[in-house]
Amino acid sequence: MNTVFKIYRFDPESGRNPRYQYFEIDVTKGQTVLDALIEIKAHKDGSLVFRRSCRSGICGSCAMQINGLNKLACETQVEDLKSKTVTIDPLPGFKPIKDLAVDMEPFYDKLRAVLPYLINPDSPPTDKERIQSPEEFKMIELATSCILCGGCTSSCPSFWADKAYLGPAALVKAYRYVFDTRDRGYSDRSGVVNNKHGLWRCHTIMNCNDACPKHIFPTEGISLLKRKVVEEKY
Amino acid sequence: MIYHQHEVVIIGAGLAGSRAALEVSKVADCAVISKIFPSRSHSGAAQGGMGASLGNLDDDNWEFHMFDTVKGSDYLGDQDAAEILAKDAPEVIYELEHLGAPFSRTPEGKIAQRKFGGHTLNFGEKPALRACYSADYTGHVLLHTLFEQCIKHSVRFYSEFQMVHLIVKDNVCRGIVAWDICNGGLHVFRAKAVLFATGGYGRAYKITTNAHANTGDGLGMVLNAGLPLEDMEFVQFHPTGIYRNGILMTEGARGEGAYLLNKDGERFMKHYAPTLMELAPRDMVARAIQTEINEGRGCQSPEQKEQGIPGDFVHLDISHLGEAKLREVLPQIFDLARNFAGVDVAKEPTPIQPTAHYSMGGIPCTTDGRVISDHDNTIVRGLYAAGECACISVHGANRLGCNSTLDATLYGRRTGHTIARDVGDMIYEELPADGPDEAQKNLQWFFDADGRENVADIRSELQDTMMINCGIFREEKLLTEQLGIIKNLQDRFGKIGVKDKNQQFNTEVMEAMELGHLLNFSEVIVTGAVARQESRGAHARNDFTDRDDKNWLKHTLAYRENGDIRLDFKPVIITRFEPKERKY
Repeated sequence: MNTVFKIYRFDPESGRNPRYQYFEIDVTKGQTVLDALIEIKAHKDGSLVFRRSCRSGICGSCAMQINGLNKLACETQVEDLKSKTVTIDPLPGFKPIKDLAVDMEPFYDKLRAVLPYLINPDSPPTDKERIQSPEEFKMIELATSCILCGGCTSSCPSFWADKAYLGPAALVKAYRYVFDTRDRGYSDRSGVVNNKHGLWRCHTIMNCNDACPKHIFPTEGISLLKRKVVEEKY
Repeated sequence: MIYHQHEVVIIGAGLAGSRAALEVSKVADCAVISKIFPSRSHSGAAQGGMGASLGNLDDDNWEFHMFDTVKGSDYLGDQDAAEILAKDAPEVIYELEHLGAPFSRTPEGKIAQRKFGGHTLNFGEKPALRACYSADYTGHVLLHTLFEQCIKHSVRFYSEFQMVHLIVKDNVCRGIVAWDICNGGLHVFRAKAVLFATGGYGRAYKITTNAHANTGDGLGMVLNAGLPLEDMEFVQFHPTGIYRNGILMTEGARGEGAYLLNKDGERFMKHYAPTLMELAPRDMVARAIQTEINEGRGCQSPEQKEQGIPGDFVHLDISHLGEAKLREVLPQIFDLARNFAGVDVAKEPTPIQPTAHYSMGGIPCTTDGRVISDHDNTIVRGLYAAGECACISVHGANRLGCNSTLDATLYGRRTGHTIARDVGDMIYEELPADGPDEAQKNLQWFFDADGRENVADIRSELQDTMMINCGIFREEKLLTEQLGIIKNLQDRFGKIGVKDKNQQFNTEVMEAMELGHLLNFSEVIVTGAVARQESRGAHARNDFTDRDDKNWLKHTLAYRENGDIRLDFKPVIITRFEPKERKY
């Protein structure tokens, strides 16, 4: 099936404004949006830039906006989009570097801000694991599957309006450690998340839940964190 | 050209690189260079588990693990290395848990463990519950845990920097040159110690589990520096890749009880490995699947049925476990099968085929991670290797499932220790005057390339032909043909054109560079495969079907010299287990 790909192009070295470029390719059954981009790069325009690696939804490189929604290009079947023209833009809310590649550094800075590692001053047991029940593991399991693709944060209108907002991805990471029964870092982290650029900037618009390719439902984690902050205080 | 100086430079940020960085950064100034953002590293795609004889659910011990690893290697693995792997595994797992790695749990709250291929109790009696797991996201959660620890310890990352040149002179490593992908420009890194943790090369094959980034760049650069690669002819095909695209369906599925079925719905593994069935080692299961397909018992797609074409896949059926259990223990498999095969694993089987997965061979090094340059184990001062790019050799001719996440983490840590010990006594060696210039010249060649050959076409031809001529079953005629094909592709590579001349984010140049590495070491794989006139582990020759311990119980070392490949050999270290016939 012939499909037109309308792709955002931006080349900072050319001095030109961003524009859309159109490529028509014959898409076969089973081909993903990433396959199509690779085909375009291979045979139509080698200068097209996009990030990709695992092509199986686990490395988080290829999040982009496809027909207006944030998705991983690698796990989006072109056929499923049911459109003759597929529009591809870089993740919104992030600064484009070149074509579909955006500057992820501010996103990673927010991840670093929430102290994304286990904090526990007690020595662990020697020659065995800390005990955690299956139910306790369940509390954090889904959150640990986050691949840092940025799809959720980039879809969030609160983030578009407030670039200092931590955003759903960093808050999911905070949730993942605060609700890990082995962690003792709540007091270190609460200051980071309990402010107007943190938890309280989330207005439950819930775009993030639709954008997450791992079905994490960031809004739920953020709500549980909000409740925890209130409970701890009162 | 921008100059940097770090006591230790680590190339690659997967499990091996990041685990080593944690050790090294305790005592030395350490930088990690990665061509993709650290958490994008391919270690994250490991699904099923990490082996360690914790014995949380059975009576396991390290000797069983060591024996299985050695037997799995078809006795080509060095037994001192396998002993370290099996003995230290529990400590390494507990340490990861203490660092915060999330694991699935037993009802008592211990780390959960599942069965994996070739892992047994009591020297082959029955399957062992040895693979520690976090649902089917094990590699992902371990990679992220280590990356997060690196954040905690302020490890310096140079992300989206592609290494382009290794500076070795007089058998001493002096640093590397890397290319800043985002901004363009070359960076020279002087270092006392350089650790290669550059991963695998599945992208030499058409059907592979591996990421686009897995182009074996580190191996190409080692060859170019005049150093050898070891046992490159041993390429692991994972039995269960999704049909046509090769995406991994974890061995953990079979560990949880999945069946492999041919077109008659028969569990054909009973003919190949009656005791372990689907849980036989990967080389055997992959060969069994290919044999079923070759002998006309492959499953057919509706189109194949209609056109009377024989089927070229088999079925992986796990539906009998029920949706609730599957969603609990194999959630990623659910998504992968749906997104990439259009299959609901709770209701129907998934079409699968063997897929290039792992490199048993690599950069020869000692059990302390020191790179060696010949069969006398002469050390290359200042150069180290760990993880999939290294050949210690733990895995010999065939790696067992859940031993690679372990190898990468354990030997990453161990090599990190070695470097931490060594670095205090080391100095910044003089950079040869021509090192950085040579890198600049090589990079410029790509920017100037304006020939008619297309990078993607050469790459596809290499991948297609490696699959056919140097795949699961091999024979002299096809291998020799493949050598000719590679030579021809190398010639064509000299006439490529690169249209994008921009400095910033030039992934066209990047892909061309990666293709150069693929063409370089693929010749080593095939040369080793032609020479090795026996069948051992993952190297199965139709014209030499038996293992030949008399002539071939030895490691291959391959050098690139004057454009050709020269082979040398090195003995296997045997300590506890004498080679025996391998049956499961």
